[in-house]
Parts: sequence; C-alpha cells; structure tokens
Amino acid sequence: MAAAMPERKLDVAGALKDAALAAFVAFGLFSLVLGLRTEQSGLTSALQLYPRPGLLFGAVATVFAGRFLIALLFRSNLLADPARFIPPQASKGIAFIGRYAGIGLLVFALIIPVIFFDNRYLLDLSILVVTYIMLGWGLNIVVGLAGLLDLGYVAFYAVGAYSYALLAQNFGFSFWICLPLAGILAAFWGVLLGFPVLRLRGDYLAIVTLAFGEIIRIVLINWQSFTGGPNGISGIPRPSFFGVPFNDGPDGFAATFGLSFTPSHRVVFLFYLILALALITNYFTIRLRRLPIGRAWEALREDEIACRSLGINTTHTKLTAFALGAMFAGFAGSFFATRQGFISPESFVFHESAMILAIVVLGGMGSQLGIAVAALVMVGGFELFREFAQYRMIVFGLAMIGIMIWRPRGLVSHREPSVHLQEKKPIPAAVVEGARQ
Amino acid sequence: MEYFLQQLINGVTLGSIYGLIAIGYTMVYGIIGMINFAHGDVFMVGAFIALIMFLALFAVGLTAVPLALLLVLLVAMMFTALYGWTVERFAYRPLRGSFRLAPLISAIGMSILLQNYIQIVQGARVKPLPPVVTGGYRLWENDSFVVQISNIQIIIVMITVALMLAFSWLVGQTRLGRDMRACEQDLKMASLVGVDTGRTISLTFVIGAALASVAGVMFLLYYGVIDFFIGFIAGVKAFTAAVLGGIGSLPGAMLGGLLIGLIETFWSAYFSSEYKDVAAFSVLILVLIFMPTGILGRPEVEKV
Amino acid sequence: MKAPVLDVQHLTMRFGGLTAVSDLSFSARRGEITAIIGPNGAGKTTVFNCVTGFYQPTEGMIRLTHPDGKEFLLERMFDFRIAHKGRVARTFQNIRLFAGMTVLENLLTAQHNTLMRASGYTFFGIVGLPVYARAERAAIDKARSWLDRVGLLARADDPAGDLPYGAQRRLEIVRAMCTDPVLLCLDEPAAGLNPREADDLNRLLISIGRETGTSILLIEHHMHVVMEISNHIVVLDYGQKISEGTPQEIRNDPKVIAAYLGVEEEAMQAAGGAG
Repeated sequence: MAAAMPERKLDVAGALKDAALAAFVAFGLFSLVLGLRTEQSGLTSALQLYPRPGLLFGAVATVFAGRFLIALLFRSNLLADPARFIPPQASKGIAFIGRYAGIGLLVFALIIPVIFFDNRYLLDLSILVVTYIMLGWGLNIVVGLAGLLDLGYVAFYAVGAYSYALLAQNFGFSFWICLPLAGILAAFWGVLLGFPVLRLRGDYLAIVTLAFGEIIRIVLINWQSFTGGPNGISGIPRPSFFGVPFNDGPDGFAATFGLSFTPSHRVVFLFYLILALALITNYFTIRLRRLPIGRAWEALREDEIACRSLGINTTHTKLTAFALGAMFAGFAGSFFATRQGFISPESFVFHESAMILAIVVLGGMGSQLGIAVAALVMVGGFELFREFAQYRMIVFGLAMIGIMIWRPRGLVSHREPSVHLQEKKPIPAAVVEGARQ
Repeated sequence: MEYFLQQLINGVTLGSIYGLIAIGYTMVYGIIGMINFAHGDVFMVGAFIALIMFLALFAVGLTAVPLALLLVLLVAMMFTALYGWTVERFAYRPLRGSFRLAPLISAIGMSILLQNYIQIVQGARVKPLPPVVTGGYRLWENDSFVVQISNIQIIIVMITVALMLAFSWLVGQTRLGRDMRACEQDLKMASLVGVDTGRTISLTFVIGAALASVAGVMFLLYYGVIDFFIGFIAGVKAFTAAVLGGIGSLPGAMLGGLLIGLIETFWSAYFSSEYKDVAAFSVLILVLIFMPTGILGRPEVEKV
Repeated sequence: MKAPVLDVQHLTMRFGGLTAVSDLSFSARRGEITAIIGPNGAGKTTVFNCVTGFYQPTEGMIRLTHPDGKEFLLERMFDFRIAHKGRVARTFQNIRLFAGMTVLENLLTAQHNTLMRASGYTFFGIVGLPVYARAERAAIDKARSWLDRVGLLARADDPAGDLPYGAQRRLEIVRAMCTDPVLLCLDEPAAGLNPREADDLNRLLISIGRETGTSILLIEHHMHVVMEISNHIVVLDYGQKISEGTPQEIRNDPKVIAAYLGVEEEAMQAAGGAG
C-alpha cells in the first residue's frame, strides 16, 4: 500500500497514519469475531457470548505496531526494492552454502538413527519429516517443474495407502510387491484424471484436482464394504526386513542377526526405508530434469504456446509429470500404511494437500533442497514446539501469502540450468516464470 | 409428485444461497481473471459474524425477529465487506503483475488463514443457533405427504431475488457498474480512459463479500448450525455454480447456483445423500471438461 | 517453376461475426522466401495461426508438401503435430522464448522430439545408456553451430530472458531452425530491430534458405526487409488478397499503393527508394 511513494525519508507521521488506519481496520475485523467468544456451557445448552477485550486490544495493538514498522521501512525507502530484502551476495552465499548444506543434511539424516537410537519420539518425528520431504519432492515434479497446480495431491497418497492396505490384506502380498503396485495404481489414477483435465487452464486445473481429491475421500468414507468407511482399515501388515519379520521370535530380525530384541529396530528400518524412497524420488527428479522430458516440463511452465510451436505434445508432457508425481505419492502412501498399520479417510483431507503444496511453495518451486528445508522447519519445527501446533496452519497460510508477495519462487529461488556449454551459471529468480508476467 | 415438489422448494432455497456466493466468484473472475479461492471462507466468516450478532442481540434482550434480522444482515454485510476489502488489499493487490499461479497460491494461503483463524478464535466445535424464524405454510396435503414451505425459505428466496435485482441495477445502471464492466472488458484500457481500477477492484471484493455474508446469514438461519469448515465445501459448490452458469456472467451465476442447489437436493432425495458432494464435484469436473464456457459464458479465444 | 511447399486454397477464418480472412488462396514455393504483407489488421497473423494450427480455419485447405513428396493437410492437424510431423516451425510477433531457461536449453528444447526418441522415451535416458549421451552431444553441437552463426555462442549459458531484444529475435529464429523445419514461418522478425540488425537478419534469412533448403513464409512491416529478400509477395487487406507477385510487381501495383496510402505511405516510399 505504502510502496506507492518510496522516495520519502524517515516519514514517521505518514507511518503513524498508515498504522492508525490499519489499526482501525483491524478493530473492525477483530471486534466481533475475536473480541467475543461463543461458548457452549453444556452439550444441550445454548451458546453464550464472552467478551475478550484484552485479546482484542492486544491484536489491534499488534497490527498497529507491525504496520507502523513496515510503513516506516517502506516509506523511508528502505524496503522499496524487495530484492534488497536479501541482497544478491547473500543469495549467492545461500546458493554456495546450499551445495554443501545438501550433503550435510544427507549425512545428518543418515546418522540420525545412530544418534537417536533410543529416542523413539525423535525417530518417529524424523520419519514424519522425511515422509513430507518425499511428498514435497513428488509434488514438486508437478508444481515446481511442470507448473501445474495440483490441489488434490493427497488423493494419490490415499490411493497408494489403500492399495497397499487392501492388496496386503486381501491377497497377502508382501510390502515389496505392494510398493511398486501401489505406485503404479496411483500413477494409473493420475493418468485417468489427468487425461481429460490437463488441457484446462492453470486455475481450473487446480480446482478440478481439488474436487477430485474430495471425491476420492468421500468415496473412501462411504464405500464401507471395500474401504472400511470412516473406521478405515486396521491391522495392515508391518514391513519385514526383506522377509525377516521384526519380532522377538526365533526367526525375527534380532535373532537372525544376533542382536537383542528391541522395537527400535523396526523404527530404524522404517526410517531408512522412507529415506531411501525419498532419495530415489530426489534422484529421479534430478535425472529427469536433465532429460528431454524434464526440459519439456520446465519449458511448459515457461511458455506453453511456444512448446506447441516446437512440436512438443503438451498433453503427454503434462500427463507424464502428473503420473510421476502421483506415483511417488503412491509410494509414500504405501509406506504410510505400513508404518501406521492403520489408515482412515481422516488422513487424506484437503489440509494435507495444502500443507504439501505450502512446503513446495515455501521451499522454492523447483528447488529440491529448499523443499527439504521447508518440510524440516514447517513439519519438524512445529512438532517440536507442540504448544504452537494449533497455529501451524495459520503460519502456513500467512507464509504462502508472504512468499508470493516477496519471493514468489520461494526461499531458495535460483534455477540451476540442466545443461551448459562453457560455464554453469545459476539463473536468478527474476527471469524464471515466477517473477514476471 | 408431492415429494418432488417439496424437493423443488428445498432445492431452490439452497440454490439461492449458492447463487449469492457464486456472484462473488464470477465478479472477481470477470474483472481480474483470478479464482478468489478464499471467497468461500469469507462466506463462512459472514456466517460467524451473523451468529455472534444474533447472540449479542438476544443478550441485550432484542427479540423482535424482523428488526433483529435486519440489524444482523446490515452488520454482517458491513463487517464481512471489510474482510473482503482486507483480503484483496493484503493478499491480492501486491501480486498484480506477478506470475500466473501467484494469486491463486496466495488465495489458497488466505483460505487456510481464514479457516484456522476462525477455528482458533471461536473453537472447532459446531455452533448451534436456536431457530430464529419459525413457522411456515402447508401448500399441498394428501393422506401420505405434506408439501410445505417454511417462512425462512420464503425469506431466503425473497431476499435473494431482491438482492439480485438491486445488484443487476447496480451493474447495469450506475457509474460503479459501468466502471466494473469496463474493467471486465479490458483492465488496462479502462485505467487509460480514467477508470480508477484499484478502487473498482476493491469495491468488487467488497460487494462480493457483502453478498456472501447475506448467504452466510441465510445458511445460519436455514441450517441452524455452522462451523469453521462450511466455507470450503460451500465455496467449491458456489464456484461450480459460477462455472456452470458461465464464469464472468452474473445471470449465469444465479442460474448456476439454482441448478447446483437443485442437482444437490434431488441427488440426495432420489439417490444418496452421502454422495451429494460427489454429485456437485462431478458436475464441476464434467462442466470444465465438456463445457468450459458454461451456459451463459462467452468463449475465450487463445491469444497467440 | 519450383513445386509449391505450401498451398493454401480458399482459406476463411471467422471469429463470431468477424471475418478475419476471407477466401484466401496462395502458394509458397520450395526454397523461396514468400512474404505476406498488408496494413495492420489485414489478417496476416491469422493466416499464420491457421497454417501452424493454432487456429482451426473455418473453411479452406492448407496443403504442405515435403521434399520427399509426402503431403499433409494442415487444417486437420493439431498445432504440435504440424510442428512435429509436418515440420513447420514458427516464431511469434511478441517473442516467446523460455525466458528462465538458458539459451542452450532453449535450443535443446526445440530438439525435444529427436531427443525423446534417443532417450527411449526417457527409459534409456534414466538408466544412462550411451545412446542418449551421444544424441545429446549431437544436439548440443547443432545448437552450438546455430549459435555461432548468429553470434550468440558466448551467451549460450545465459538465461534467454536476459538477452537484448535483437538477440532474442535471432534466438527465436535459430530455435525454430533447430527443429529442422521444411517451412519456417516468421511473424515480424524485424520488428524493433535497428537498421544494422535488420541487415543482419536479411543475410541470415537468405543464408538459411540457401544452405538448409528451408522455405520461409514471412510477415513483415519493414518494407526494406521484405523487398530485399522476398522472392514472392502476397498482399492482404481486410482479410482478402489484393495482389500477388514479385517485389518489382508489387511495388508498381496501384492497388497495393492505394491500400497502403495513408497507412504506411512512408514505408512504401522507403521501399521504392531501397529498390
């Protein structure tokens, strides 16, 4: 708002005016909804109102102070150019650190089970974070590379999870047979949905994928005989170490390898399993980017009409991105099912899709490392600070808006060229589809 | 036959609510070509404001229904309009000229933000409101079945018709309406010939939010219970209505709203109520694939 | 008389009530440069969009003949198929490069279909078979030679969006050439170029015609460019053909002069002066 007049110098009066206006608006916004709490004293009694003047005042004061600071910065021309928010040297520095941070993170991930062998909570959390990293990397193929906004990604995760659960329960297939089958089934669903809808414009595609995700969830809830309905499926077989079960019996993992039995073995195995799956996703993405198909995805994101003029079948190209993204979600889904031992439609709501999308967006569409860091911070960070867990989605929402405004290509926004002649130069975000019309 | 008639009445009522929300989608789309994904949540906020206002009025002892209803409608429209204005100013305006997915991603962020904001400040539990408008008429009666129309259904349809008429007048006859139509034709050109496009876009969001809040009030009165999640499903359905009617077209939004209301009601009545959302979502997918310009929309020519 | 590479018969394109092109017939001969000229709004770009499949013509036939005699009816083909199977490449009035990709990547994307086949539709590529590595090297060599030709070799690793305007125009042309087209359609390639750049463009287009045998269909406003390099000119006005012939014939055609009078009088005079 105030960015329209960036020439002035330290304009306190103007900033105060902006802040007063913002506080006035904030008072209007918050007065009823935040200032009054509706509460039911009993189950049957009517709702009652309880005023919260302190909270209301606090919220308005926060808006006033925040707006004042921002307005001061903008009006005083300190932040007029958003690029100066992070200077180019710093960006270069980040890219430099990035190269080694990736390796560092990987090494750290590899030794997590060694360090935290006895910390079940941290191991579980690590598994969760890596699962989201994998989902983020999978969705990145669709959103970050091909530029297709998929709001129903979790549907393919669900297809993978239910495929594994049903195949394992009804046919007794082992995890290692089910895993590829679940991926193939998810990819199949991706093609099935993608074929008719991938011709649509970007925003329509987003809504259609969202509708598809909801349809899958509603069918999972209501098709009782097949999916177990809202109660889900329990007793899903746990994974074995290539046929050796993780139990304390004589054929168990511990006995076979001469170790004393502990349930941590399975958790550690699960951690390495999801890490391996995630790294495979990453490896594939990196390889694909250097192949013609990956280049076509990025070209598609940049300019679809130009792609068509060069003889690229855009429908097929989008479809492969969609199907591959779905396939990795399917792998992750079957991992989820075997880890939990229990799945229900509850786990596959729109919020999950939104969260995975937020991770991709925050991490920088197209940046593998950025997505890993975003998942680590947004999933792991909030789990560690449990008391703030209810604010997680609010922060996600705000962060998505903020990122679009200040760094549309995410925190790690340099694009690495897929091929080079003399010298590999990272491409600044400003020219990539992301900062321009 | 009686059953059919009853469902028709219910469907038209529901369709009126969807139609009012759909106008917000279609107007914003018409002018800046973006799907205001957070619009459904603005509707939800409107319903919450209405709920709180009703409770406040009851608490101060104001129980005259027509007066209470009028007051609630006015306050809800005002405050929700402020939300509409803020959403545009905060999340969309800074993105004008950014890349094509940016406004949509920002809108999704805004939708998440609004939903969780209400969930935190008002709690996740469903919020019931005792019936405010009661009574109704029996239209038709035989030994097995009664066709009736309740007063709240009459009010919903009447308010909707009145608002639609007022709104058509606004778009067709006023200076603001002319500016809006000009912006819809060509935003850049409109600003060149002196239309204050920023203000027009703001007002579009304000009007859309006000209409959505009326839908919120009616939703609250009709169902008697709301929660922070109603905006998501109702939003997608209203968007479906806008697309079905032809996005960018105002009569289309109303028509689409009615059709979606009827489809949903009849689907629940004759097939299965568990899958009523699937019906609406399937309509969305089918319309976008086979009839992307909708019933009353104009075809788009791709600019090469 | 050379055989026609492109034969357009009775082409009509309507948008709602507006007839953008009406009953247009012309042909472009193999190895020649054919220009379509006409005042603004005469329907030139619409013709291009019909030929390259971005619009489905309302009526008419567009026949493309390859050197080996294979024929394609373009009005029945999708845009990407026309580019892929029909080997018709095009550029755009408002340049459409992949701005966030490097110059080299742009040229490799243009060789997508060749490289796709070499990568075994990704399967060989993902396991790293040498077949693909060889094909990619060949593609890079081809890109390198084209870049060298238009003086962009030094900028191969820069993002295309960072190039100056004239260089972007040249890059778009060589990107189209990387698809090995039979017919190259250029939509105002000289727009926005300075006189020196326009001269370079002339030389480039003539050499393309000579060395690769690619026929060129050209829309251009710069009469200097049109008159100097075209073998054949088609003049459109209000969607209809008003004249056709060699540059010399066009220059002296009173109907053409009338159509241009008041519109681009200076341009015609400049053209006369140049010839």
